[in-house]
Amino acid sequence: MSRLDDTFDRLLARDEKAMGLFLTDGFPETDATVPLLHALDRGGVDFIELGMPFSDPLAEGRPIQRASARALANGVKMQDTFRRAEAFRAESDTPLLLMGYVNPLLKYGIGDFCRDAAAAGVDGLILPDLPPEESDPLTEAAANYDLDLVFLIAPNSSDDRIRAVDRRATGFVYAVSVTGLTGSDLDGTPTIDEYLQRARSLVADNPILVGFGIKSHEDAMRLSRNTDGFIVGSALINRVEELWADDTLSDTDRLDAVETFAHELKHGVPATAS
Amino acid sequence: MPDTISQTEAYAAPDADGHFGNYGGAYVPETLVPVLEDLKDAYRTYKDDPEFQEEFRHHLREYAGRPTPLSFCDRLTENIGGARIYAKREDLCHTGAHKINNTIGQIMLATRMGKERIIAETGAGQHGVATATVCAKFGVDCIIYMGAEDIERQRLNVERMELLGAEVRAVNTGSETLKEATSEAIRDWVSNPSDTFYIIGSVVGPHPYPTMVRDFHRVIGTETRDQLREVEGRETPDAIVACVGGGSNAMGIWHPFINDDEVEMHGAEAAGQGLYDNHAATLAEGSPGVLHGAMSYLLQDEEGQIELAHSLSAGLDYPGVGPEHAYLRDTDRVQYHPVTDDEALAGVQRLSETEGIIPALETAHAVHLLPDLARRLADERGDGAVIVFNCSGRGDKDMETIAENL
Repeated sequence: MSRLDDTFDRLLARDEKAMGLFLTDGFPETDATVPLLHALDRGGVDFIELGMPFSDPLAEGRPIQRASARALANGVKMQDTFRRAEAFRAESDTPLLLMGYVNPLLKYGIGDFCRDAAAAGVDGLILPDLPPEESDPLTEAAANYDLDLVFLIAPNSSDDRIRAVDRRATGFVYAVSVTGLTGSDLDGTPTIDEYLQRARSLVADNPILVGFGIKSHEDAMRLSRNTDGFIVGSALINRVEELWADDTLSDTDRLDAVETFAHELKHGVPATAS
Repeated sequence: MPDTISQTEAYAAPDADGHFGNYGGAYVPETLVPVLEDLKDAYRTYKDDPEFQEEFRHHLREYAGRPTPLSFCDRLTENIGGARIYAKREDLCHTGAHKINNTIGQIMLATRMGKERIIAETGAGQHGVATATVCAKFGVDCIIYMGAEDIERQRLNVERMELLGAEVRAVNTGSETLKEATSEAIRDWVSNPSDTFYIIGSVVGPHPYPTMVRDFHRVIGTETRDQLREVEGRETPDAIVACVGGGSNAMGIWHPFINDDEVEMHGAEAAGQGLYDNHAATLAEGSPGVLHGAMSYLLQDEEGQIELAHSLSAGLDYPGVGPEHAYLRDTDRVQYHPVTDDEALAGVQRLSETEGIIPALETAHAVHLLPDLARRLADERGDGAVIVFNCSGRGDKDMETIAENL
């Protein structure tokens, strides 16, 4: 059983929706990443997606594009990301996935990448520009190092496609909420329930989580009615960006605010006011 | 390892999933998978549909101005002293470059697929103009993504696109050039997959684009074959020279000759200010990787981050190249040569002065390869040796840059 499987089993047993949070490594500052991951942990995150910055992130809306560019400007390299994953893992058992684009992995070498990721305590990978058709080498390497490999479905995916993605995926199936980018507007997508119900009925081998465009606890609860949980990225990036832009705050204030943000996303009630 | 093209086996790339050896494929977000499936189905249907082909030929003839001449360059030939040089005059196509062949083909496909909204990326503005042109002609909405820096460099083409009724959207991210314009166009497509058709401007992007764009440009090579038979009494030249940015004009003229082993093929890449400096020589200096939906050669750093390309010619200013070129490079079917900005400028001058043809800066990279090649071929194959170079575009759009730098 992978750390991710254990987490989903535990949550399913008590009928609780899983919350995954995405944060770009090295954003807003390289020193901020590990403390931020721990703040998310304290805020009740069930698994973390650590973003590997890329120069040309095709599936991202503005917030994650900005975060990625800022991380690269901060000089983030793949080895740094592994090092920070390892530092987080030394103090937490929360599942940690790496999310990013395929080219940096190819440059690193697929086999070497999976070996080093696993050694750093990473549990799985999500690569939005690598559809199952092109993923044979990575599927093999990931399996060799017991890394889960998550694949995505979209509202315009056919039934057959959803079944095929489910067969290929391990960890979970990532249901993209809209035909659009991360951080998209969820308004004007009346067919979203229909799509997620359809996906629910077709995904048999994995948990299914919904992501893209979720900004609040209400969004999260509405969308995860038909899924095992939800993922938030852009809204967290925006929050972190605001907090780090506010010079009146100390780092402790900022990390506390991020913890509260995570907690409210999941539970919808303000953390105890101090 | 990539296959080698055997002497006896006909060239058959790509495979059913769009792979040219290890290159090509479709590395795209899941939202685009069904969109590309629909496109593949439509293209497969219409590719062999006589009515589609007849209408395509009609537009090429009556609208684009084909066939373009194969002009014997007598003074250039004499000036160099070697093989006989012919120019395939794509500069005489409507809108001033070969690009219109592809945009006509794609807009016909788009309208048959019921798509009401066209998007495209552009660097120098030539593909943007060619797209805006066919959108006006077919009465379809058109949005062109263009880097803010390119908008500055190519003001005249922006005016042309707007006059043709297109909306030009400035892209302010990253290097503000073709790479970012392409990313933004793909993001638009991901956000509007049902009603939007993305007219890609070169033999790049996910399958089936590299194959489809190549096929729409094959007319350049098939005409060349017919015309050579007329004027030289032979169907094949000794060599064909073309410039390669994304590489559509090159694939168009080469592909109909790809099984003719005696025909040498030479591609000119933009070496900018030199290979140790700012350049766009993807095949000479790049390494394999994935950008904008396909595996090919890329300019990238040690971390796999995409690097910026540099060329005086905005049309070659792209850190990638079509996947079929990566395959042709690895299999040694084509020789690719880096050509600097200064060498291209000298090419502009040479062709202008000897033939009265002011070529686009892109095209001028190919002109630079002609002297050495013409002399070598004459040595090896005799004075009757024949070179065709693809005169892919005219230089009017580049006059400001040329005037500033010559």
